[in-house]
Amino acid sequence: MNKKYAFAYLVSVVLLLVSVWFGVSIGSVTIPISTLWDKGTDPVAHSILWNIRMPRVILAAIIGASLAIAGAAFQGLLKNPLADPYTLGISSGASVGAVMTIFLGISIPFLGSFTLPVFSMIGALLTMIAVLSFARMVDRTLKMETLILTGVIFSSFLGSCISLMVALTGEELREIIGWLLGSVSMRGWPYVKMIVPFMVIGVVIIWLQRRELNAMIYGEERAKYLGVNVKRSKFMILVGGSMLTGASVAVSGTIGFVGLVIPHMVRIIIGADHRHLLPISLLNGASLLVICDLVSRTIIAPVELPIGVITAFIGAPVFAYIFFKQRRKGGA
Amino acid sequence: MLKVKNISGGYSDKPIVKNVSFQVDKGKILGILGPNGSGKSTLLKIVSGVLKPQDGQIIIDGQTIESYSVKQLAKKMAVLPQLHASSFSNTVYDAISLGRYPHQSGFFSSWSKEDELAVQTAMEQTGVVRYKEHYLELLSGGEQQRVFIAQALAQNSELLLLDEPTNHLDIAHQKQILDMIRQQVEQNGLTVVSIFHDINLASLYCDELLLLEDGEMRAFGLPHEVVLQGRIEDVYQARIATYPHPELPKPQITMLPAKEMQRNFAKVAVGDFRITKDYIEYTAEAPLKVVSSAVHNAGIGWYESFLNRAISPYYDINKVNEETVAFLQQHQFAPTNTVVMLTAVAMNCAEIQAFSSGSCEIVVMVTAGVGNGIDVTKAYLRDEPFHIGTVNTWVFVNGKLSDEAFIQAMITATEAKTKAFAEQQVVDQQTKTIATGTATDSLLIAATQQGEEMPYAGPITEVGKLIGRGVFETTMAAIVKYKQAGK
Repeated sequence: MNKKYAFAYLVSVVLLLVSVWFGVSIGSVTIPISTLWDKGTDPVAHSILWNIRMPRVILAAIIGASLAIAGAAFQGLLKNPLADPYTLGISSGASVGAVMTIFLGISIPFLGSFTLPVFSMIGALLTMIAVLSFARMVDRTLKMETLILTGVIFSSFLGSCISLMVALTGEELREIIGWLLGSVSMRGWPYVKMIVPFMVIGVVIIWLQRRELNAMIYGEERAKYLGVNVKRSKFMILVGGSMLTGASVAVSGTIGFVGLVIPHMVRIIIGADHRHLLPISLLNGASLLVICDLVSRTIIAPVELPIGVITAFIGAPVFAYIFFKQRRKGGA
Repeated sequence: MLKVKNISGGYSDKPIVKNVSFQVDKGKILGILGPNGSGKSTLLKIVSGVLKPQDGQIIIDGQTIESYSVKQLAKKMAVLPQLHASSFSNTVYDAISLGRYPHQSGFFSSWSKEDELAVQTAMEQTGVVRYKEHYLELLSGGEQQRVFIAQALAQNSELLLLDEPTNHLDIAHQKQILDMIRQQVEQNGLTVVSIFHDINLASLYCDELLLLEDGEMRAFGLPHEVVLQGRIEDVYQARIATYPHPELPKPQITMLPAKEMQRNFAKVAVGDFRITKDYIEYTAEAPLKVVSSAVHNAGIGWYESFLNRAISPYYDINKVNEETVAFLQQHQFAPTNTVVMLTAVAMNCAEIQAFSSGSCEIVVMVTAGVGNGIDVTKAYLRDEPFHIGTVNTWVFVNGKLSDEAFIQAMITATEAKTKAFAEQQVVDQQTKTIATGTATDSLLIAATQQGEEMPYAGPITEVGKLIGRGVFETTMAAIVKYKQAGK
């Protein structure tokens, strides 16, 4: 393998380990990470690390990884550097799915605790299909701006649907508002177990489309001429991406811009070869969200900021920058 | 290799392409021509399989296109649509290796030696090896286009479909890319179908052409069967003329601007000729169309100045090109706009006369050095080296001559000159027979190209009669002057 890629992998893995280390040990009380393996000396510290911080950090890592790889895949598929689950309105769709599940008290016996993520995913997939078909109706070439505007329209509409549902219920759904802003706090191990299968399947589905994505950045027509089964490949990417988005939203609410910032940065550094772009985005997405979570709970402690605030704080300027650069280039 | 039978199709129920049939054999290039909106790209989309035909059949290598899977088809046929900018950058090498996609299979398909070889070969063939590690977006349009062609070549397919492969490129890059494709066709038996905007490029590089008009086939055949003046004018709704390519048997076209385009016209008169010790000069008010066997700017062209220059018997003829340009620049003549003849005859022996009848008018200039007269019918008996001694004849016609008329004017003038030799009893010293000319005679026919076109200039046409009489009488007078000067 190329030296450039080997170095990128090495740096990304080290970054992730360091982030996890900081994420686990820093908090209202700083606890050395070694306490994780030492149950005897300080059972309280051990319990804080193992039952509160550890699942929180892992959840942040999983969600960051999922959103980043989904963003990278959507961008490649749509040839649009501004696409990510949040800007396309897919996260909102997943939220609607999740809120509806809670609102209507849906619980499908066969799915059990997976009911929530499954409905989130369905919400994500339906929204994605709706956004893409509407944008294509407006403008066959799916220009960058058309797609993002469509995403905004759908986001606003779905957002008001959620507000409506929240207003219609009493106290019990008030907490949904906090959740909607995005947070990985107080979730614990059950949520980690709930999301892991979806994340693994989603990542594998997208990983299998890495070479197809490489062809797709030259346009669907060109990809077809190169021998890509465009319909199937597109479907797989949409399903994989919706799965990752839906599961993430079900656990942590909408966390914007991770899927936008990370793939963009990685692409600047290593280029747009999805064979490496996807895994490296995954690693760094995980690191970013672990660090954002750390910042959100320590920056104005003891008050905890929603993590979505931090990601938007970083992400929105990056979004503006990419938009500016693309317009200047006259690209997309 | 590729057979298209009666296909019709488009984006809606109303077909854009209507009942088109053609076939391309292995190792040939077919060019698709047609005005904007004539359905060229739609036809290519149908043939390449992205657009389903509403009717008809496409057969690739004996099998219908539907019988191939997407991957199999990509192994058979590579398609290069028009270049579109991508937001994402890849290195040249990565982009070209995508061409190997159809040859890889399975979840963890590994990169084989064969894949690497195909990519290397494609890079060498297109001359992009040195950009290998560069990012695509940093390359120029021509370089990017070569990379995409390399990507298509790496597919190792036998059939290549191209949509205006040289769009937006300068002529050096156009030539480079088309030469390269031609080489692939001739050396490796690649079959190519390509859309062309430029009729001349298509005629030059394609074996066969297909001309579309409103989605229908207007013509299909060899370039000389398709590129016909009347047909191209009709299909493209533009005035054009055709002419042969200087090196290859391929027709070329040139646009004819609107007739109203202002152009100055010259009128040739004897009084405008200037005779000095060194040369006879005539400079017209506007360029004249000229056919000549002059020393400088011979052949067919448009020129304003004409020089018949006196040179010494010791003139070094081996350096004539450089010397002539230097002489013209020294005397303030534009080398690209002046026709030059040389003669050893003194300038005071030149004869210039005007002739006219009815609407027709010509001016003839002759310098006749007949000291080395040759009987052309006995010239095969001679083996001596070349001697100075030349008859230079200029015929200026105030009028418009067709191509045929120019050639007939040359015949008529030559016959008149030969007759003058006979009348003047100019003798071939070796054979003792009447000479027909000298070893190095030059003739120039120039016309103002104004007014009604004279289609012919044979001996019994109005202009032919003038040329016959004019050249005869002027040459007679010039020979007399030359003989007197010699005494």
